[in-house]
Amino acid sequence: MTLADFVSRIILPLLGVGLVLTFFRILRGPSLPDRVVALDLTATFIIAISAVYSIASGQPSYLDAAVVLALITFLGTVAFAYYLHRRGGNE
Amino acid sequence: MNDTIIAVLLCFGTFFCLVAAIGVARMPDIYMRLSAASKASSLGTGFILLAVAIFFGSTEVTGKIIAIIAFTLLTAPVAAHMLGRAAYFSGEPLWKKSVRDELGSGGEWFRHKDGAVEIPVNSDTVLESADKENLEKKKYGE
Repeated sequence: MTLADFVSRIILPLLGVGLVLTFFRILRGPSLPDRVVALDLTATFIIAISAVYSIASGQPSYLDAAVVLALITFLGTVAFAYYLHRRGGNE
Repeated sequence: MNDTIIAVLLCFGTFFCLVAAIGVARMPDIYMRLSAASKASSLGTGFILLAVAIFFGSTEVTGKIIAIIAFTLLTAPVAAHMLGRAAYFSGEPLWKKSVRDELGSGGEWFRHKDGAVEIPVNSDTVLESADKENLEKKKYGE
């Protein structure tokens, strides 16, 4: 079994299972901060999946998407946290 | 040999990412979910990106990967701290079996030198899930 086979048959499905579990929390999360946490983790999973897919396909270009996503996610989480802080306790 | 190292690193990274996902799906409380998500996921992503750097072995890919790992390690704790703080002050309840609340009323931040405890005005919203008996116990210093 070559490395590309190993990645596409074992690692990528496991990461997909993790993505589905995180998406379950986005759907289910009782409040907005839960969904923000799950969204943050979703972006981290997409970074990991695009890095692993660059091994499976032998194309290092997929890492550019990971760089951009790592930069954007932080801004998104900080914006959500700022919004939650400003909004206060009243739902 | 190189392939073995890459496969082992990928397995470690996937394990930690899966632990983060299971934690987010199963933990009872937003603060525990936040803890699981921020710590385990940055470690898992770091392992996976290290495996990719070893796989390609060129300077440009390694530079990008060092940038991603450094940025993740820098920003994940900051984002988790901001999010947890915002969630706490917007009145997210703790898990009902939580035993300490250092930031809220009865915690260390509100305890004076002589042991008296100052209850803030909006303590009811913060301690919504704590039962009254527990609150009384905290108020009278154990």
